[in-house]
This record gives sequence, structure tokens and C-alpha cells, in this order.
Amino acid sequence: MKHPEDPSGVSRRGFLKGASLGVAASTVLGSARAEVKEASGVPDARLLKAADEHEISFVLNGEKTKAKVRTGHTLLETLRDQLDKTGTKLVCDFGTCGACTVLVDGKPVNSCLTLAVDVAGHQVETIEGMEQNGKLHPIQEAFCAEDGLQCGFCTPGMVMSSKALLDANPKPSLDETKAALSGNLCRCGTYINIFRAVERASKGK
Amino acid sequence: MKKDRTVKLKLGYGKDVKEVELELPDDEPTPWDMNSKLEVIGKRHQKVDAVFKVTGQAKYTHDLNLPGMLFGGFVRCPHAKAKVVSLDLEKAKSIAGVKAILPMRPRRNRRNPTAEWSVRYAGEPIGAIAAESRQALEAAIRAVLATAKFDILPHSARADQAMAEDAPAVHGNRPNVSRRPWRGDVTEALESGKLKVAEVTARTQVQTHSCLETHGSVASWDGAHLTLYTSTQNTFGCRRQLAGSIKDLSESQITVISEFMGGGFGSKFMAGYWSIAAARLAKDAGAPVKMMLDRREEQTDTGNRPDSIQEMKIGVDGDGKIQAFQVENIGTPGIGRGAGVRNPMIYDFGKTAVRSGEIATNAGGSQAFRAPGHPQGSFGLETAIDLAAEKAGIDPLALRMKNDAHVIRTLQYTDGARRIGWSKRQKTGSQTGRYRVGYGVAAARWGGMGSPRAEIKCRIAPDGSVQIRNGAQDLGVGTRTVLAIVAAEELGLQPGDITTFIGNTNDPRGPASGGSTTAASISPAIRQAAFLASAELKDLVAAHLKCKAKDLVLAKGSVRHVKDASKSMSFKDACRLIRQGEISTMGKRRRNYGSKGTYLNGVGGVQFARCTVDCDFGIVKVDRIVALQDCGKVINAMTAEGQVFGGVIQGLSYALFEDRVMDRHLGHCINGDLETYKIAGPDDMPEIDAVLYDIANGGNNCSVVGIGEPTMIPTAAAIAGAVHNATGVRVTALPMTPDKVLEALEEGGK
Repeated sequence: MKHPEDPSGVSRRGFLKGASLGVAASTVLGSARAEVKEASGVPDARLLKAADEHEISFVLNGEKTKAKVRTGHTLLETLRDQLDKTGTKLVCDFGTCGACTVLVDGKPVNSCLTLAVDVAGHQVETIEGMEQNGKLHPIQEAFCAEDGLQCGFCTPGMVMSSKALLDANPKPSLDETKAALSGNLCRCGTYINIFRAVERASKGK
Repeated sequence: MKKDRTVKLKLGYGKDVKEVELELPDDEPTPWDMNSKLEVIGKRHQKVDAVFKVTGQAKYTHDLNLPGMLFGGFVRCPHAKAKVVSLDLEKAKSIAGVKAILPMRPRRNRRNPTAEWSVRYAGEPIGAIAAESRQALEAAIRAVLATAKFDILPHSARADQAMAEDAPAVHGNRPNVSRRPWRGDVTEALESGKLKVAEVTARTQVQTHSCLETHGSVASWDGAHLTLYTSTQNTFGCRRQLAGSIKDLSESQITVISEFMGGGFGSKFMAGYWSIAAARLAKDAGAPVKMMLDRREEQTDTGNRPDSIQEMKIGVDGDGKIQAFQVENIGTPGIGRGAGVRNPMIYDFGKTAVRSGEIATNAGGSQAFRAPGHPQGSFGLETAIDLAAEKAGIDPLALRMKNDAHVIRTLQYTDGARRIGWSKRQKTGSQTGRYRVGYGVAAARWGGMGSPRAEIKCRIAPDGSVQIRNGAQDLGVGTRTVLAIVAAEELGLQPGDITTFIGNTNDPRGPASGGSTTAASISPAIRQAAFLASAELKDLVAAHLKCKAKDLVLAKGSVRHVKDASKSMSFKDACRLIRQGEISTMGKRRRNYGSKGTYLNGVGGVQFARCTVDCDFGIVKVDRIVALQDCGKVINAMTAEGQVFGGVIQGLSYALFEDRVMDRHLGHCINGDLETYKIAGPDDMPEIDAVLYDIANGGNNCSVVGIGEPTMIPTAAAIAGAVHNATGVRVTALPMTPDKVLEALEEGGK
């Protein structure tokens, strides 16, 4: 099963518990993180209120990026509404479907469950950052070649989860692939071709 | 003048060949048949828009962010049945950022404003609001609901509640349950004592479409012209519905755009109240309005597959022939219409007696859903057949083969049995351990031959570039790619040489994507458009090379003389001969040729399932599905296979997981999200063997049929058959969740 860790080293389940207490989620941040965040625009996480506005900076697809966010804003809405990175999709709004998966410091997270202030000072990678020098990433190539997509709405999340998998485990077994993608849902039924795409990309590496 | 000519075709599959003669006009290309040597058709092609989807560049309605755009949303009644006593939408305007409001008193009440305003299901929209931000919108909805007054009435949100004797009526004073009269009578045959009779009641659940992109639209006015971006299966239908719903707005003043859409499965045929509200609010506010439903709205108020109760009796004679079949079907369309169950179908049931009906409930209305009525009917009738086989002591596959004369399915039964390993199937109920393995089989039929509702524009420019345009939509199944493949075949090019345009009603009309008819409707029109364009190009080349146009062919990127190799030029050079701007042709879709000149009527499919049942925990794990599908002529082997996978996976999900649950007290849907309404995920995937039967059927000039729907019909029934074979007990209700499996095991003493 996929239990992506949030950038602070808190598991998704732990994060959910924290999130249910509102701002208390931020209090679990370690002191080292707080220092980084101070430098990146957010003062002391323990003192935040939901409506507070912050100017945060983080690295988005390799570029230093600033955003004005409230404490309650999710990373997903910040990406989509403010930074026009609409490749990342909102589907379940619940952490169930994985369509909003992005990589934070290389690890897959559900951006609908991640507060924007929590990525201050961190590396965020979205589907728009996968291409390098105008060339598709091998995983993107493989999704095209194996037809790992129909309507395409789950595709960005699937590609990001696949990247996280192959970065950590370049030669996954079919069961490992299924486990790594188990947080991503597709309604058109493209799973079989997605497994083939992951296999193709892993062989190309 | 168009002249008719006679063409001779070789149609069929494998050794089953039929020679036919057809009279066709000169402007209709000779239909492909078994002798056609095709360069592009039927190969594996990457979708032409795949790159847009894997890079996040594909812009869905959900992704639009127009300058000055407002966010629209709905005020919804929180009660399953209620009268609206007072509703003050003006309250929304007390919230900063609210720009427009729209009362939504239903039409049935509008004629008589003093009549009671009754709300019939929890979540029914009663007003709409547009605001500058989502936060303002949410605050405005809360403000309106805080002062709204409802007279809450007793409801019938569930089928069992609606069927109770003193049930509150859903529609006025009409009874909730309506049954049509019996058609046929088989009582005598069933009671003759000559037949082995099995009796069973099968139940299926309400399934929600659960599109990943919710229903929604962005409406933008430019003076009197409306542009509606929407997530739809029916661009032209949306245009018509909008023109019919908004005063003084004609179809020519509307452009509907749907370049990418995130899933429909039958639920997105209409412009819908969200599009109409978006257009009205946008007009009122003087700004574009985005109206995307949220997840809960999507799950509860955009349609569903109705549930069903199917009471059946089946009688089989000593030879294994079905002689009598009786079924009483009833289902729940919520407040909507249409809960039809297709039962019986496919097999020769001898004499039949059928009665169908509906149960109105206080729940969101049904909509078409991938093969409406069929998967539920398939689960019912195949359950009856498996039980009849058991009673008669006949192998269930043999019983099906005895009662199904369809030529293609007959081949598929044998082919599939070999592929799944049917010979390893153990006697039903003979296994005893914790893990038991079973095999099941079920069949499907479909039409999917397409209709004449398609026109295609083909444009060839002097620089050799080619455009193919149609205003219909691509649901993600590869329709856009079909445009490129069919045109490429006819023009002797590759799909990558063709630029395609789809999803804009300013282009020539296209069909609604329903009944698996899109590819079958547009392909013959694409072919004709390209055929007419190639004829014009041949005329230019013939004049230039001083030869006859009929001796020229377009192949491998060139225009070639069939006998004289020196009289040949590249496609690009040939296009330089175009003097009058461009070649521009319109391909029209003829009616299907009819059964006389064609190979078969009815698209056949058979599926086999192998499952392992954990009898300690009641968990069904599908190990393998073999899906054998008549595809007509395969246009793109890769996307055809994708349709088979998609149908099977949605069928598996229907068989094991999906179930909309209504709360009996409040009448709310209690699992209106993707966490508690479970759909199949990566972990649930079996091996799937998609076996494409590529058949030149001569139904139209491309022999194309649609396969989106038939591939979903038999999956649940095949899985149910495998569970039965493994355990020796029949689970007669979907989804086959562990509780139902354990209950059946306990009841059956297994």
C-alpha cells in the first residue's frame, strides 16, 4: 500500500489525524523544518491561524516560486488556481483517488490533503515538470506507447505515482507496481495498460 | 450524376465466409472486406492526443480559468422529501463577492406559482449563485440555507421503503410501484412435469457513474453569442438543449466546446441544469461562470444505473434445451424514468413470459449507464442458467452452447474455454478448503453499428497538410485518433500526417456518444470525405501526368500509377498541383447497408472468469478474465483492446464493490464519495486476456462496430458463475461482498 510521507516525515495517516485538528497539523513540524520555513516565508508554524496570509517560496518543477496563500489553502488549489498548473486534478477531494498526486522532495503526496504552507522551502514536482528539454520523460513515453490512458483525468496522478515508484525501485515486480499505484483510481479501466507502461519504462532505464 | 455500381465483397470470419453483392453509388468507397490489404487500419496506434494527457497540457472544462470568471454553485435541499415554505435567495447578496442569483423553481411549479414547491430527493437543486471566489460562494449558500424553511415530509428513499404498503408517494398521489402487464405465459410448460425447473430471485444494486471529472460547464457570453465549455458526450445535443431552454437563443448563437472530457459512461448526454444555470448566471453577471459539481453532487445527482429485482423461473428439457423462461423485473430509477432490465436476451429461451416494472424512490434519477439494462439483466439470466444447468446435471458451458446459435459466439465459447482452462474446472461444490477456485462463463450481444448522424470535413492544403474535422466529442476512447487512422488509410498516409479537430459544434455535426456508436458512425463518413478528396487529387495528378485518374492509387505517401512506375509523385508534390485554395470535401454517412448485404446482425461477445474464493473471509479474488469480443473491423488494435479492458474492469467493479447506499432515516446517500463508494483499484486487477475478433461484416464501408458497452455486459455474471462453481453456493445479489459470500456459504452449509 502507498503510505506517502508528508515532507515533515509524518505519515499520511498521521497527517490526516493532525489535519482533523485544523492548524494543529502544523505543530508536528520539527524545529529544523521551522527554521527552513522561516527562511521561506512562513514564520513559526505553531502560531498560524487558518485565515493568516503568508507569502511562501518553494521550488516548483526546478524553478523558485512564490505564492500568497492562507494557512488553510491546500497545495492543490494553490497549484491550480494561482500558479495555473492545472495538470494536477481535483477528483475526490478526500485523499482517496490520487488524481492530485505530486512529488514533494521526491515523495508522492496527495496535494488535496497537503497545506500549501507545508511545502514552503521544499521541492515540488508536478506533471508539468516531467518533460526535460522539451522531451517526454521515459515514463510519459511509456504511457503513450502502452495506451495507459483513456479520458486522461487520472493520468497525471498515475504518472507521478509511477515516477515515485521507479525512482525508488527501478525494477518493480507487477505486485510492487500494483501496491505503489494502489492509491490511484481510474474509472475508464486503464490499469492493465498502466502496469505495462511502468514495465516498459523500467526496462528502458 | 451519381451512378450505382455493383461491388462484390467477401465477408465473414475465419472459415465462415459469405460472398455478397452490393449496389453502391459512385461516391461511396468500396467497402473493406476480407481481401482488403490495409496499411494502417487494425494496427496498434498511439492516441494522437496522448502527449497532451501525459504532460498535463490537455485542458478540461475543470481546468478553465477565464479572465474575470465567477464560480457558480447550487443551493440544495437537505431533505429527501419536503415542501419549500420559504426560500430567500436574495440573502446571498449580503455576502461580499456574490454577483448573481438564479431561482430554480421547477417547471412543474412555475405555471402555478401559488402551488406547493415540493422537493423530491435530498440534494435537489433549488437555487444557483455565482460569486467571485469559492469561499464567497460557500458562504452565500450557507446564508441562504440558514434562513430557508422546509416542511419535512416522510420519504421513500429506498426501494424497500417505497414498496411498503403505506409508503409515502414519491410523485403526487401516484403509487410508487408500477408494473406493466405480463407478455407471454409459460405456466403450463413449467408445470408440465416434463422440464427441470430452477427458480431464483436475483438482485442488483444502484451503480453510480463516478466520472473522475465531475459534470460541469463554463459559460461565456460575447454579446448575444454563448460559448459553453462542457464535459459532455453530446456536444450537439447540448447545443440543442440550451437553445430550447434559454429564451431568444438559437442554435446558431451557441458554440459548445468539449476538447477533453474526464469520463461520462452514459451520464453526460445532456447540457444539464448546471449548463443552463451557468449560462443564465453568466448573462446576468456579465462575466463567465464556471459551474463544476463537487464530488458529492457528482455521486448523488448526475444519474446512476438503477437497481433491479429479477424473479425468474427457467425450465430445461432432457436434451439441455431451454423450453420456458419466466421473469418479473423491477428496478428503481429514483425520481427519474427508466429502470428497464434486459432479461431475457442472447439465448434461445423457447417460450418466455416477461413482466417489467419500476419503483419510484426519493433519490437522484437514473441515467443511461454503459449498456443500460444489460449488465443487471445478464447477472439475472446467467444466474438462472447456471442453476438450471446444475439442476439438469449439465455443464453450464455446454448448456449455453446448446441454446445459442450465434456463429461468432459459438466460436468464442470453444476458443475461450481453451484459453481459460475450462477443462480444469472441478465439479461445483466439490471443493472444501479455505481457498477454492472456480470458473464461470457469460455472454453478450450488442448492436453498435452506428447511424447516419455524422459528417466529416476533409481539407487538403497545397503544402500537403491534411485536416479532418468533426464536431463530436472524444470520451477518451480514441475517437480523435480514429479520424486520423481512417483518413490516413484512404489517403495513403500515416495517422501522424493528419491534423484532427474534434469537440466543437462549429465543425460538422457528429453523433452523441451513446450505444457504442461513435466510431461506427463517423468512420464511414471519414472514409467518404477522404475518398472524395483523393478523387480530386487524382484528377489533378492525372491531368499533370497525362494518364487516367482511375489508374492512380494513393499509397505509402505517394500518388502512383498502378502499371507505369514512372507516372508517380509524392503526396506532397501532388498537393502542389492544387490551385484553387485547397481541396475541401464533406463526407456524409450513409445508412448501414442492412442485413441483406452483410455478414451478421448482432455483435457477439463471451467472457470467462477464473476466481479464487477465500471461504474463511468471503473474499472473492478474480484471477483471470478471458474476454472474446466481436469488434467488427478493428480500426486501432490498441484502443480496441483498451475498450475491452475498460468494460471488463467496470464489470468487475460492479460485481464485487460498487453499491450506492441510502440511509433509511434521513433519506440521504450515505456513501456519496469515492472513499466509501468503492470502485476497483490497481490491487483488484486480474489478468485480462482481450481476444479481438476482427470481422469484415460489410455493415458499412468500414465494417466498424462499437465495443464500449458489450464488453461490460457479461463480466459480473461470469464472475458470479465462477464463485458458484468454487463454493457450490450461489450469491444471488450484487455486489458479491464478503458478507454476502459468507452468508451464502453458511446457508448452503459449505
